[in-house]
Amino acid sequence: MGNRVSLFVTCIVDQLFPKVGMDMADVLERLGYQVDFPENQTCCGQPAFNSGYRAEARTVARHFLATFESSECIVAPSGSCTSMVAHHFAELFQKEPETLARVHSLEKRIWEFSTFLTEVAGVDDVGARLDDVVTFHDSCHGLRELGIQAAPRRLLARVRGLELREMQPAEECCGFGGTFAVKFAELSGAMARTKIDAILGTGANTVVGLDVSCLMQIQGALSRAGSKVRTMHLAEVLASR
Amino acid sequence: MSVEFDRKIHDTLADADLQLAIYTATARLKDKRIETVAPDALPDYQELRTQANAVKKHTIENLDYYLEEFERNVEAHGGKVVYAKDGTEVADFVLALAKDRGARLIVKSKSMTTEEVDLNERLEHNGLESVETDLGEYIVQLAHERPYHIVAPALHLTRYDVADLFTKRLNVPRETVIEKQTAIARSVLRQKFLAADIGISGANFLVADSGAVVLVENEGNIRLTTSAPKIHIAIAGIEKMIPRAQDLATFLKLLGRSGTGQLLTVYTSFLSGPRRSGETDGPDEFYVVLLDNGRTRLLPDRGKRQSLYCIRCGACLNACPVYRKIGGHSFPWVYSGPIGAIITPQFMGVSHEPGLPFASSLCGACAEVCPVKIDIPKVLLELRSDVTKAEAREKRNRLEKLAFRAFAWLMTHPRLYEMAGRLAASVAPPGSGWIRGVPAPMNIGPLRAWLSQRDLPPAPARSFREMWRRR
Repeated sequence: MGNRVSLFVTCIVDQLFPKVGMDMADVLERLGYQVDFPENQTCCGQPAFNSGYRAEARTVARHFLATFESSECIVAPSGSCTSMVAHHFAELFQKEPETLARVHSLEKRIWEFSTFLTEVAGVDDVGARLDDVVTFHDSCHGLRELGIQAAPRRLLARVRGLELREMQPAEECCGFGGTFAVKFAELSGAMARTKIDAILGTGANTVVGLDVSCLMQIQGALSRAGSKVRTMHLAEVLASR
Repeated sequence: MSVEFDRKIHDTLADADLQLAIYTATARLKDKRIETVAPDALPDYQELRTQANAVKKHTIENLDYYLEEFERNVEAHGGKVVYAKDGTEVADFVLALAKDRGARLIVKSKSMTTEEVDLNERLEHNGLESVETDLGEYIVQLAHERPYHIVAPALHLTRYDVADLFTKRLNVPRETVIEKQTAIARSVLRQKFLAADIGISGANFLVADSGAVVLVENEGNIRLTTSAPKIHIAIAGIEKMIPRAQDLATFLKLLGRSGTGQLLTVYTSFLSGPRRSGETDGPDEFYVVLLDNGRTRLLPDRGKRQSLYCIRCGACLNACPVYRKIGGHSFPWVYSGPIGAIITPQFMGVSHEPGLPFASSLCGACAEVCPVKIDIPKVLLELRSDVTKAEAREKRNRLEKLAFRAFAWLMTHPRLYEMAGRLAASVAPPGSGWIRGVPAPMNIGPLRAWLSQRDLPPAPARSFREMWRRR
């Protein structure tokens, strides 16, 4: 693999949390990667797929395939969107052998940000400094579909000035779940409040995660509860000096 | 989602005592499971899961063969196998047998399959007395409720609730000490066991090569139910089959640990046929009722038929952050939790409660703990697709369909996607703080739902792609 990477920033980072994308690019460039941003990118189609609209998800997935066809290596600041591409695209194209072959090629080329750093770039220490006490939230799709647990912790362990305090349990869902958060709003909110109890129990000032969708749910609930605890994507932590 | 489903969820969330009861009970079961399947406690746990999955996959794909083998072996031991299409056929069989033998009183051991076909109601409606003998089941039967949890039916009731219930229904002085409550139930139930004409049990496993019904329990009531009365009827879903007695070495190791965090349950019974000459215990007649009730409909579906691998351990309920909030009675049918969310729509049809497959954050905690490795989130996703297809056919929920068509169109037109994003940002409230509320005309639909629970992130001055172009 060369030193070129294409960013898939995800629609939610693009529209709501652009700093996360900029910080991810910054960390990658500092490590010597040539970073590009295929401008035609939009969304992976997960909202439609998870809501039961497979034909619509397939349409968006096709667009994604075309957009990243020539990218050697794609990095995304999300376990959930990476898993959509790497695990669920194939389900959408079972009846199209040629597209399926393109999907299988894509699966090998897309990486979630933290795993890309530890497994492809082979670094644990990116030279970051953040004087803060943080706790880490394991996002479900990253944890259970991609098996990401050690990578972000290895990276956080090398951030100067940072203390990681694990919450109990770290691996319980925050209640976001995409359209679930609005279809079952009250239930989703109750799950978020259980999550923030675990967060507040650590005494940390900051919750770090790999998916801005979960962090939006957590920050939204923290903010509603009047808490000063903030959320940060791992890319923002690693870009801190 | 139906109004009723929504209301039950709301009511459960609003009941602080119930929330604590559910959370505490599931936490205990969850933690005990984790201890007994930890690598130092059970080094080959993952291999056992893989093996159990392979055995179930093979059995379900060859179910016709094993059903016939099971039937031959049961009959060779002097028992009889009865096939029932649905609950009516189960009840008809039991009622006809009871009438012929002059039976009045039935004792029952815990069985989700009999709950599934409302057997007690059907029998009592026809003048028979049917008494649950598992303590938790006995309690929920007295309360005229359904089991709250697949393995812990009275999980939602405190000892004070039970005290009230016993006083009211059994006419005994109020007793809040659990051991004494157990003694009350025991004294009532012991008389029932001695007087019963028929014992009805479920089955944890049906073993094809030995024609045996395998039952696990902790209270000893199953032993009494299946051996004291003259007639024993085991009622089981056809998917409870496993090919060989030796497969139990895999399944029994997984079932106790996954269900209650026990290495094995206190009793494990292997029942094959009625009492033989020279034996002192056991029934004179032994029947196995094999229930379909929608199960064969799943067999042609490659993706979803894995739902039939379930051994009803309940581990997915304890692990599920949704079950732990909404409890068992919010679910529209007898099966609750993640497994209920996938089998209810398949047994009853997706229109029974179209919201059910959507009542999940797809966190995957269920699949992680499933001892037979059912990919529950994958089945939920397929069911969601089935629901939207049914809605399209029936011309329901058209606004949502339209919204996702618009979504797909926008996401394949990057320039328009960018314009739409900026347009949305331009009407967002100004400022850099998280947003508590929006003006009334905007406070509708998903935005309103989001804001009902959480604050909303502020719109950034520029999107990522704008920032990227400028750098």
